[in-house]
Amino acid sequence: MAKVVVLGAGVSGHTAVAFLKKKLGKKHEVVMISPNSYYQWVPSNIWVGIGQMTVDQVRFKLDKVYKKWSVIYKQAKAISINPEGNSEISKGFVTVEYVVGDKQGQQEKVDYDYLVNATGPKLNFEATPGLGPKGHTVSVCAYDHAAHAWEELQKSLALMEQGKHQTFLIGTGHAMATCQGAAFEYALNVAFEVKKRKLEHLADIIWITNEYELGDFGMGGAFVKRGGYVTPTKVFAESILAEYGIRWIKRAGVNKIEKGIAHFETLAGEYKTQEFDFAMLIPGFAGAGIKAFGKDGNDITEKLFKPNGFMTVDADYTPKDFEDWSAKDWPETYQNPEYKNIYAAGIAFAPPHSMSKPMKTANGTPMFPAPPRTGMPSGVIGKVIAQNIANFIKNGATEHKHKASMSRMAAACIVSAGYGIRHGKAATMTVSPIVPDWDKYPEWGRDINATVGEVGLAGHWIKLLLHYMFLHKAKGYPFWWLLPE
Amino acid sequence: MKPNNKVHNYKDEYYPPMPTRTTKFWRSCFIYQLYKFFVLNYKIMKMVVKGHS
Repeated sequence: MAKVVVLGAGVSGHTAVAFLKKKLGKKHEVVMISPNSYYQWVPSNIWVGIGQMTVDQVRFKLDKVYKKWSVIYKQAKAISINPEGNSEISKGFVTVEYVVGDKQGQQEKVDYDYLVNATGPKLNFEATPGLGPKGHTVSVCAYDHAAHAWEELQKSLALMEQGKHQTFLIGTGHAMATCQGAAFEYALNVAFEVKKRKLEHLADIIWITNEYELGDFGMGGAFVKRGGYVTPTKVFAESILAEYGIRWIKRAGVNKIEKGIAHFETLAGEYKTQEFDFAMLIPGFAGAGIKAFGKDGNDITEKLFKPNGFMTVDADYTPKDFEDWSAKDWPETYQNPEYKNIYAAGIAFAPPHSMSKPMKTANGTPMFPAPPRTGMPSGVIGKVIAQNIANFIKNGATEHKHKASMSRMAAACIVSAGYGIRHGKAATMTVSPIVPDWDKYPEWGRDINATVGEVGLAGHWIKLLLHYMFLHKAKGYPFWWLLPE
Repeated sequence: MKPNNKVHNYKDEYYPPMPTRTTKFWRSCFIYQLYKFFVLNYKIMKMVVKGHS
């Protein structure tokens, strides 16, 4: 009997567990280790943050689902990995610490034959003093953050109802932050809600971003066919912001937040401030901070992880100039090159480099979006890892049958721009592949015929459909495996 | 955009293309958007299926 341990119950880890159990059945053991008691469908947190969905509509308890699937579920956080075992345990093992119940605070060593690290990001609010729900801004990165954002937004809306002017600052809260898409959605939804209440004359909504140009979204931007032209997403993003009456500050790295004041550095090296009454700023991401130890207890963290805490996989990490980057640099199997029974899925894997051009401010501060690995790619990577591991265990395969490079994988991003079955709106954006491949597509970097950028009510319906579809899948309801990632 | 400022040009928000009334109509036209819903879903599904081996 083989034992597969998965760390993290986000989109990637949960997908991996679902497919591992489906393929391996009862003959083999699948263990989920997650400090969270709920699964959350993160893309819908935007709607929690504007009061259009409740927290319970975007989450569900993990224990019921894992019980149904016969997955061993330990509500604990991973502390360290011993990939070579130690003097007592011959196999690789993970040291975990329980976070709830009678075992809270107790540590346990969980051995494995295969390990999938899908720990997702650490929301690195600490990198920007004053940032986050414990500071002076709100976030929509988690369901409880989004609920808090809605509480704070209601206060601003109430003040506007009394005739008071409010400044909303929405965007990225660090010079290296990613997930611009989520913040962009939130800015549009806030503007939509303000307009719905006929309060736009009292609102100054500002989009602040570390992007060189709007519409970069950490992917180096994209091109879409629109109105008889091939148009950069810069125009697409600026157009929708202007339509919603949102002004913007670009090439800005927020470095400190005080009550009602955001401090930021521009790419030109100027230090500026922006006042706000309400701010939703996305933090930078870091790895989960898991340590690794060798057989004799020596620290081998650098063998498994990059300095930013993300796991080393089968990517080409050779330092290269931006012009020399290749689609081939990106990983296909997500296997750690040192320890072949360890994989990293979703945000947990270390990308070989960013997709956006690395830049520094005149003062030397790095300022560019980190590459996004959320949503669709996270799910696909989790599934492919599960399929390969199951193939090794069941069929004794030695080669990876399934591969999923982000330089071949496509992605769809539905940017909500207002909630409502009849009057809602969203921008549907697709890119293929996610990582530009300038050798294969020398003109636009991607397949221009597969790249879509459309705004309309249909986009809102698609986002709503995806919400119910992915929750159906994640809950393991009938025929869940037929639904794509 | 500051609401009381009458002069809009020479600001970032002045330069991007803005949707006309016709464009806004088609974006919210139920029948047309229903058609778009199926077209976009088909395009997304086609991409997802060929995206990984």
